[in-house]
Amino acid sequence: MPSIRLISVTKRFKDNVALDRASLNVRSGEYVCVLGPTGSGKTTLLRVIAGLTQPDSGQLLIDGKSVDEMGPEDRGTAYVPQQYALFPHLTVLQNVAFSPLAKGYKKAEAFEIARKVLQTVKLAHREGAFPSELSGGMQQRVTLARGIASGARLLLLDEPLGALDARLRMELRTELRRIAKDLSLTAIHVTHDQKEAMSIADTIVVLKDGNIQQTGSPFHLYQDPASIFVSSFVGGSNFLPGVVVGIEGTNSLVELRDGIRIRVHQRSHRRGEPVILSVRQELTILRNHADEKENAIPGEIRGTSFVGDAIEYDVELDNRETVKCKVPSYYVSEGSLPFQTGERVFVTIDPHDCNLYSEPPLGLAKELEAF
Amino acid sequence: MPQIRVVNVSKRYGSLTVLEHVSLNVEDGEYVSIIGPSGCGKTTLLRCVAGIIDPTEGEIYVDDKSLVGVPPEKRNIGYMFQEIALFPHMNARENAGYGPRVRGLSRRRVRTMAGEALEMVKMSERSEDYPNELSGGARQKVALARAVGSAPSVLLLDEPLGSLDASVRLSLRMELRRLAKELGLTAIHVTHDQEEAMSISDRIVIMRAGRVVEVGKPQNLYLDPRQIFTANFLGEANFMRARLMATGENGAILDVGGEELNIESRTVPRDSVVAIRPQFIRITKRQVEGSGWRGKIAEKTFLGDVVRFQVNLENGFKITAQMPPTAQDVDADVGDEVSANFQRDKLLTFPCPTEGLEKELSAW
Repeated sequence: MPSIRLISVTKRFKDNVALDRASLNVRSGEYVCVLGPTGSGKTTLLRVIAGLTQPDSGQLLIDGKSVDEMGPEDRGTAYVPQQYALFPHLTVLQNVAFSPLAKGYKKAEAFEIARKVLQTVKLAHREGAFPSELSGGMQQRVTLARGIASGARLLLLDEPLGALDARLRMELRTELRRIAKDLSLTAIHVTHDQKEAMSIADTIVVLKDGNIQQTGSPFHLYQDPASIFVSSFVGGSNFLPGVVVGIEGTNSLVELRDGIRIRVHQRSHRRGEPVILSVRQELTILRNHADEKENAIPGEIRGTSFVGDAIEYDVELDNRETVKCKVPSYYVSEGSLPFQTGERVFVTIDPHDCNLYSEPPLGLAKELEAF
Repeated sequence: MPQIRVVNVSKRYGSLTVLEHVSLNVEDGEYVSIIGPSGCGKTTLLRCVAGIIDPTEGEIYVDDKSLVGVPPEKRNIGYMFQEIALFPHMNARENAGYGPRVRGLSRRRVRTMAGEALEMVKMSERSEDYPNELSGGARQKVALARAVGSAPSVLLLDEPLGSLDASVRLSLRMELRRLAKELGLTAIHVTHDQEEAMSISDRIVIMRAGRVVEVGKPQNLYLDPRQIFTANFLGEANFMRARLMATGENGAILDVGGEELNIESRTVPRDSVVAIRPQFIRITKRQVEGSGWRGKIAEKTFLGDVVRFQVNLENGFKITAQMPPTAQDVDADVGDEVSANFQRDKLLTFPCPTEGLEKELSAW
């Protein structure tokens, strides 16, 4: 159960900084997801730990020992790529036994190790099958089994579910976590899918342009995103520009476009400062009526989109800002949706559900289009 | 305006059947998605319409004209692939104008059409950029401009967003629909992403093992599926074997693992399967007698917009429930004794599959 420590690791490819002074602690046995858009440096981070990419500067410690003297094969890591790369002419069992055999185990021992691992990934019944006879999900589980059978204590998973159906991905992601936990492995799992990261990680590391933006538990990242980027990338948010016009105790009063005032339970900016108010789409609540005491903004529903577990409403507020509201489909009654396109509504926001950020130097639009 | 009719199309490769008597009508101006597990034949069906693959039997009509024997370039169809396949030596404008150019239109006309196509996908400012200077999302927009640049009447999209980041996919998917609707195109969109299909389609076609399982509006397929496969593939559900006990004025009573369940439907076979989606279950900490099924929380996962619970019920079933973070009792934790309450109007019933429920659910 190795622990990992990255200290200010930088990697450049020509002019492009893939990793910029990245520091990270991974506890032994922890399941960590590295989350970020394409080109944010997450695969580079994984490859540095695997020993497949040499950093330009910084230090990497595995179990407290510097890896300077360790080749990729001495690090006890299993690198699982997105595209399963199994030997097509070998059976499932032979594929999984490959690494123990290469390490000099006798055939019977190697097969025993392989069978044990195949049981863990629930594929013992297919040990005689060839890769081409298996579904994509099964092939990916064999790839994982092969990595585990090598004796690795550290799983490095590079978009391991990227090639699979959405429905299958959901099933397999919890399997991945279960397997890692059952075998007490440390896992670092790279993904661009925030739902995947939220559902299985102990800790999420958010990367952007080679910089670690925030590290924390799924709950922490959702509840208290450190930046507009994290707020928009981890879960969906609405962003409304405004100005702090008053401070009342622990609350700030924020004036949005057209003089609409919203009370926010946060004291972080001074009076007169321009801010961006963010609120989660599922906490941007739609109502037919408004209470005077609430943060309520009148508007009209412009678009309705049924996505299964929720209905997404595009609402144009009377101050011409637009927000997205996610209403659970629990509120569908006898087949009819709770709100219809064209309906007049009030958008209400709980003061505790808002976050305030300083206005980005290049403006909000620029900040959000960055990925 | 085109209406697409696929009539009894089969495709076989030797002994392997990829499409089996598939029939499908797509209305003029409609946006239809095809979803199904890998290998279900959805891409093959799309390619048959595009003319890239010839069906072994059956007919495909666009506006009542048979397409059999008509080469792809004569079909007036725009086709967009998953892999971003732009010509690397051409800039965005040249890529967008590729269709009109090979059709021999004048240079001026080609330029105008390419410019219009790029404007539609909001990429006019990048018209001089080469593919390697564009992000994945931007490249995919140019690919879309190229697909619509030849002014087709039918747009076929094969996993058009598949190679993109989740966040980019979210913003681009509505663009696709908007564009198709603005141009009045009839669109068929193949995807492996159920949520994508639901959010942009007028209707969804669900395929499995070369056949069409069910066709319908997203909301209807999700809330009132006719097939167990649909309920399981489009979204997720808890499935439980049930036995009909009695039918009355207001519905039926089922025996589910020794507990009674009242349902609205009255036409339930003796051996049936009852299903409930996780988000139509509410967990309560109070255990008022007669309200819900009793159980214990085995697992709790915070997903941000929702919180998921695994509950081991006393009747032996293990179910998944999903509640918004604002729901009452969402703070119930692992080990807590709870009641699980089902929304009655969201309960689904199906006849028990002949080969058993397990087999039906593990079929992909």
